[in-house]
Amino acid sequence: MAEAAIAARPAARRTTVMPYWLCAPALALYGLLLAAPLAMIFVLSFNGFSDTKGILPTYSLANYVSVLTDPYYQRIYLRTLRIALITTAICTLIGTPEAWILSRLDPRWRGVSLLVVLGPLLISVVVRTLGWTILFAREGLLNQALLGLGLAERPVDLLYTETGIVVALVHVLVPFMVIAVWTALRLVDPAGEAAALSLGASKAKVFRRVVLPQALPGVLSGSLIVFSLAASAFATPALIGGRRLKVAATSIYDNFLFTLDWPTGAAIAVILVACVMAIVLLWSRVLERRDAVRA
Amino acid sequence: MRRNGALALGFHALFMAFMLAPLLVVALVAFTPEGYLSLPVHGPSLRWFRTILDYPDFIASFWISIELGLSSATLASLCILPAALAIARYAFPGRGALVAFVMSPLMIPAVVLGVGLLRFLTIFQIEGTFIGIMLCHAVVIGPYVLRMLLAAVGGVDRNIERAALSLGASNFAAFRRVTLPMLMSGLVGGWILAFIASFDELTVTIFVSSPQVTPLPVRLFSHIAETTDPLVASVSAVIMAISTLLLLLLDRLYGIDRLFSGGAA
Repeated sequence: MAEAAIAARPAARRTTVMPYWLCAPALALYGLLLAAPLAMIFVLSFNGFSDTKGILPTYSLANYVSVLTDPYYQRIYLRTLRIALITTAICTLIGTPEAWILSRLDPRWRGVSLLVVLGPLLISVVVRTLGWTILFAREGLLNQALLGLGLAERPVDLLYTETGIVVALVHVLVPFMVIAVWTALRLVDPAGEAAALSLGASKAKVFRRVVLPQALPGVLSGSLIVFSLAASAFATPALIGGRRLKVAATSIYDNFLFTLDWPTGAAIAVILVACVMAIVLLWSRVLERRDAVRA
Repeated sequence: MRRNGALALGFHALFMAFMLAPLLVVALVAFTPEGYLSLPVHGPSLRWFRTILDYPDFIASFWISIELGLSSATLASLCILPAALAIARYAFPGRGALVAFVMSPLMIPAVVLGVGLLRFLTIFQIEGTFIGIMLCHAVVIGPYVLRMLLAAVGGVDRNIERAALSLGASNFAAFRRVTLPMLMSGLVGGWILAFIASFDELTVTIFVSSPQVTPLPVRLFSHIAETTDPLVASVSAVIMAISTLLLLLLDRLYGIDRLFSGGAA
């Protein structure tokens, strides 16, 4: 029955309407469960709230004003931004050379190494963060190693610190950096490196003057992904930062599930998205301008 | 010529150690015989794996997560397969926007998506239900399905389909007998990747789950937030074992770098 119906449809009409029919299920799913919820959060962020009556059907900028002028939330946003920027910087600094090393590795080792670097992306972030909380504990392995090697005199506290959050976030996000640079490097012609070396350039110079410029688009897009994920990370700051060291994502969580002040939580969320989007757009503008200059 | 020097290899070794350390620690601690988080220095013990069986909550959450993964990966594949065909085959207005739309859950902060979905599901009064969580997961894991499918559709030779049509096959028969088998590897890969993504999903799920329907990552997260006994390590070890098995399978089938390259675009 269905076969006949599809075959009987006139060919000309099929070419114009067919793609929309094919997209209908995906559009329904994403329109309903992506576009609508995001729009609702935007609207919710303007609603009023009272402890006794819950969400009020009033509209004002009061939530934004109270969040943006509250030193408590200002500190949270600054902390979020600081953690995201430092995480992005470290991921760039260690992920870029690692991708280059991977691309030059013996194919026998490359497969295993890629699995070790990218595999963790498929392992729950809760599990990965748990590993760091065990390592970071006062009596944990990291402190035993540091004390044993004489690198520290007292146990170093990393749990419940920003440094600890950054270390764990780098571990969670650096694979995105490596894969972005790795993809860019695959398009690079190795003959360029060979030519530079044969003309007498040192290895360091080859990396800086030949490899790095070609890897740059990958570095920029990788840093973009890492930054936006770091700024909105939830599980890692929640488990390592604990209840004291809040970031934007964890304070949204508190507002929605504990204080139940949804409108304020929605305003925090909209501000977070706006900040991340502004930085990402600025960043890609820089990226495009570079491309335009080179073309 | 293109060899890594000693310094580069040293850096590489450190990087590998950094990536593996937290995972190895969890896997080792899971085998401790002690009552607290510690390495099994006096020989491995299965004590904490047996303890999992005394926690029906964890067992129930495990099965909920498996069912969620199966159903949401299937739902996402069913919704996105036709769209992927349309995107790869037709030039139509709004095509680029549609790709960006379906890929966007990778770039939208998961917390924001989580609260949005909580609000949405609350209005329809299906928050905290299995169906509600499954719908949310389908949206979150859709990008993985689309990415794998687009790569697969691009690799299909249209002449084979044209041959089937010219030999008298109906459109539907050509799709079912010719196109679909050629797409199968991309569909299976996307489905497995989506299953893992659903099985691991925490940030969106934590908002839309309920005490009655608590998937495993949420259960584990709340347990760790309260206490850290070796039980969380043994549960984590089980999760890691499942993920690693599927990961090795995907690596065999496609090569792991292909699963993620292309970033979020």
